[in-house]
Order: sequence, then structure tokens, then C-alpha cells
Amino acid sequence: MVQLQTPCVLCLPKYYRNINESSVDGQMKHTIVMALRKMLNLIKIKDKKKEQAASAAGKAPVKKQSAGELRLHKDISELNLPKSTSISFPNGKDDLMNFEIIVRPDEGYYLGGTFVFTFQVSPSYPHEPPKVKCKTKVYHPNIDLEGNVCLNILREDWKPVLNINTVIYGLNLLFTQPNDEDPLNHEAAAVLRDNPKLFEANVKRAMAGGYVGQHYFPRCA
Amino acid sequence: MSSPDEDPPTEPERWRDLDMLLSRPGNLVHADFNPSPGLRDSLGSLVEVLVVGAGGLGCELLKDLALSGFKNIHVIDMDTIDVSNLNRQFLFRVQDVGKSKAEVAAKRVMERVSGVNIVPHFCRIEDKEIEFYSQFSIIVLGLDSIEARSYINSVACGFLEYDSDDKPIPETLKPMVDGGTEGFKGHARVIIPGTTPCFECNIWLFPPQVKFPLCTLAETPRTAAHCIEYAHLIKWNEALKRAELFGISGVTYSFTQGVVKNIIPAIASTNAIVSAACALEALKLISGCSKTVSNYLTYNGLDGTHINVSEFARERDCLVCGPGTLIELGTSTTLSEFIKMLEEHPKLLMSRASVTHEGDNLYMQAPEVLEQMTRPNLGVPMFELLKGAARTTVHVTGMAENNGKKVSSLRKLRVTFKGVEESSKMDESS
Repeated sequence: MVQLQTPCVLCLPKYYRNINESSVDGQMKHTIVMALRKMLNLIKIKDKKKEQAASAAGKAPVKKQSAGELRLHKDISELNLPKSTSISFPNGKDDLMNFEIIVRPDEGYYLGGTFVFTFQVSPSYPHEPPKVKCKTKVYHPNIDLEGNVCLNILREDWKPVLNINTVIYGLNLLFTQPNDEDPLNHEAAAVLRDNPKLFEANVKRAMAGGYVGQHYFPRCA
Repeated sequence: MSSPDEDPPTEPERWRDLDMLLSRPGNLVHADFNPSPGLRDSLGSLVEVLVVGAGGLGCELLKDLALSGFKNIHVIDMDTIDVSNLNRQFLFRVQDVGKSKAEVAAKRVMERVSGVNIVPHFCRIEDKEIEFYSQFSIIVLGLDSIEARSYINSVACGFLEYDSDDKPIPETLKPMVDGGTEGFKGHARVIIPGTTPCFECNIWLFPPQVKFPLCTLAETPRTAAHCIEYAHLIKWNEALKRAELFGISGVTYSFTQGVVKNIIPAIASTNAIVSAACALEALKLISGCSKTVSNYLTYNGLDGTHINVSEFARERDCLVCGPGTLIELGTSTTLSEFIKMLEEHPKLLMSRASVTHEGDNLYMQAPEVLEQMTRPNLGVPMFELLKGAARTTVHVTGMAENNGKKVSSLRKLRVTFKGVEESSKMDESS
């Protein structure tokens, strides 16, 4: 009964009923079938018209905006960036799915450095976390030399209720609280654990542009 | 494939079982169903079905639909046939490896079922114009990804129009039947946009992918999966370099996923059961010969056999299938006046609104860079920003009142313009 009130595909079964009414003669049947065809055609014409109107206005084909894009739009429009952080959109204002976050830590080992992270957000956001890479080569226990970032909320602890702001705060935390316990760059982690003074010196050297061990780090300070 | 030995049965004989369903009354039929032998012909001549995916489910679906009286079928799939498909994708043979799934599947079914016409589309679903999807009475999905389902769902729901009382307009309905399998488990669901929950209403039903901490993978792997995932994620660039060094092509991300990802074995019979359920729902939706599943059927063959139907509810404010809030503007209303209107609109009471339209960010309250880029739009009439459309959908984000509290909200708006001729109203006059 509930289904009855719902429009479902009402029109089709209804038309079938008309077509198949035993009292309806052949000619009548034909007319009704034609009416149905006409209706179907009209739907097509209607859409064509829409399309034409759209192209006449010089409009590109309608871009489907995924629910993920809309959610991202919300996240971005509500961003509340910490003072140390800025954002840029290399592809302009209409591509929010790819952007860069620039972190300039205002305390800790990395004070004075500038670190760029690229964000790639998939249409299935927030079902999937954004993909974040560190573009700046950095001497850091939790960021490897390819730019992979070990931050729990980017992988195992991601939840759709989290948002871009949470991730940005997480990135800031990386610089104020580098963690030697679960490292990605274990050489750096070992130094941080065993000799924090040397770690500090290494970070300074890397940020100024220079070698730490065998790896060269371009200047980012 | 050779034709069967005996002569093809005459048409009424061939469709004997289907005709019994369509020509006899019953207790469980749709209220509008009026049985008649002519129904099958109408089904064949008037209804166009789109099958999305020509893989495990798609092969079964095409066969099932063709044998259920549907005669105009389109199938779309971007994939080519792989050796590993042959155990269950029964329309394909060893010599088909490398060919388009859609094309081969269409050909094989047409060879076997006379009178059916299947049009293959060897491309991505996103490559088709939105207009392409409007020709179908019903869309049946045999897909394996959330993204693809989400895309088709948004397209189908995009056709839905609501009248001024927020009731769905029947002619704009594009119903979907969605099938899915994973090992011994599967689901079949009926999506009638605006009536039953759409894919996006219940997207939370999908469990998040299991992900391991990157540092565990790199430093303290404990399981075989950790080691494989490490190679997959961290050493990926090395695989690419190695392929380049030795001049080997084909090291692509998707191929790698096929090689290393924890692929759950696809079970032929799970696909058969789920597809059969989907084809049946499609037949019932279109003909009304029985009530449809309401609205989510799950099948579990892992531990005994369970089939269960759950009725999920729509998300009232679903951005994809919901009606949104109707708002009427004058052609001279500017964007900043529009934003002011949202603050006073009784159903919205939204302050600090950011506005987006089909991928154009018209105004962003934050961050500063975007605010600056979009600020010049504030003085421009909405009619111009929305490119002269008589009516269209706009999404707004801001702080809206909910139970007396201001909470951050994302809302869908149906914007219409006073006194603008709607080219799409013409069907009502004829």
C-alpha cells in the first residue's frame, strides 16, 4: 500500500493497464501506445531542449558534483587554519580536490622551515581519507624521503567525521612533536632517541640545505 | 557458440513461464498491475535497460534480463577480458582475452537469445554525456566499486525533479537496481530516487577499508599482509623504475593491485544468485507483476545460507536524492542579496553561507585565498552566475539553526527565477 502512494514507476504499469484493458479495441490500443511513445519522446525532447539551452548559454556539459566534492566544499569553507599554516589551490578556485598546505612551524626543532604538503582528495571522500604527501624533502622520523607521512588519522584511524582541518592540525603536530617510537625514517628516529642535540643539529643542517649522512636535503628555511 | 539442436520454440512457447507471470492476476502484484499477454510485447518494445558492468554480475544480468523479456539492452564497461575472469564470466572464452567485456558479452547473448538487441559501450561511465543515461527506463548495476556506484547514483538522482510540494515528479524517475558480491556474500537493492534511499543515503553501510599504520609497515611488520602492503605502497616507485629499466610495459597501479591486493575470491554462484535477484527486481519494477524488495536484500552463503531483506530509510536531507529547499529569486538578485536571503529564509536560517553550483565555487567564506578569488562574484546577479538556467540546483554551506542551536550544515537548494520562461515545461502543455 505504501508503494502505491510512492510514485515508483507508476507511469509504466498504469499505461500497461490502459493498453491491456479488454474493452479497448485495436485502434484505441494503438493510440494509447502512441501516447506512451509520445510521452517517452517528449521526455527526450525536453532533455534535448535543456541541453540546447545550456550550450546556447555557452555552458560546458553539466559537471556532476559528487557528494564527496560537496562535503569537501564544506570542509574547505569552514577551514580554520592555525597561524603557522597557509593553503593554496594550484588549479584555481574550482578545483578543491587538489591543494597544497604550507606549514611554517612556530616552535620546536623545525622552527623557521617551510614544508609543503600536497592533498589529493578522492570523490569517495570522506569515506576515504585524503592522500597527503610531503613535497619538501625533510629529515624527520615520521616522514620518509619519498614524502610518505606516518600520521594515524591519514590511514588506520581515519573516520568520516574527521575533516581537512583535523588533518592539518595533525601535520602541525608532526613538527612540534616528532615521534621516535613508530618511525618511518628510522635513522632520524634513532638519532632523536639517542642524541637529541645531534638531531637538532641535523634538522638545522637539512633545513639550511646540506647533507645528513648520505642524503642531501634542499634548503627549506 | 552453436545453436541448440532442437528447433527454436515458437514465441508463445518460449515465453510460457514469463507470460504466466504477466498475464495472470495475483495477490502480491503491484496495485496498478493489470495482467495481459500483451504486457510482454510492451516490455520488449518500450523499455530500454542499461546494465552497468559486464563482469561477474554483468554477464549474469545480461543473460537473465534477455531471458526475462527485455529486448532493448545497453551495457557499459571499460574493462577488457582477463584470463582470471573466465571461471565465472561465462560469456567469455580463452580467445576473448584482451577484448572488450561489453562487446563480447553483448555479442554472445545476442547469439543465444533471438530477438534481443544489446548495444555495448566500451568506455568509462564518466565518459558518457549525462544525456546518454536519460534514455533508459531502468538502470541495473553490476559494479565492484563505491565510486562507480556513487557516480551512477548521482546521475540517476540528477534526473529527478520535485514539484512545488516537494513531491517527486513521476516522469523524471530513473529507478536503479544495484547488485554487489564479495566472496560468499552479496546484496541486491532497489533504489527509486526520492522514494527509497539512494546510494548516498546509506553510504555508511560500507565498512571502511582495513588500513595498516604506515610506520608498522615500514618498521615493525607483523603479518604477511603488512609485508605485501609495504611493497605496494613504499616500493611502488622502484617497481616503476625497474619496469622502465628493462623496457617492460604494463606495470600499472591497477595491475599491481590485481597482483598483490587481497582479492577475495569471486564465487560464481554468489554472482548468479545476486544477479537473478536483481533481474527479477527489474522485471517487477517495470511490469508491476509483483511487489519489489523493500528495499535491501542481503545474501550470505558463508555459514549456511541466509537471505534477509531490510528496509532502510531515506536520509531526509540527502544532498543527492533529497528535494532540497525551494527558493525563488528575481533575475536581478545578486549573490550577496542571495546570501542575505538565506539568513532570513525560515527553513534555512543560514548565516555565513558559501555557495557552489555544479563545480563552480561562487563564493567561499574561507580560506582567505578563496574568499578573495570569489569576492568579485558578490555583486553579480545569480541569474548570470547560474548561466541563465531557469531552474537549477545550488549547494550552500554555513551555520544553520537546528533545534535552536547553530550548527554547521550543507544544504541543497532548488533555485528558480521569477518570470523566466522554462523551456522544460513544454511537455505539460501537450
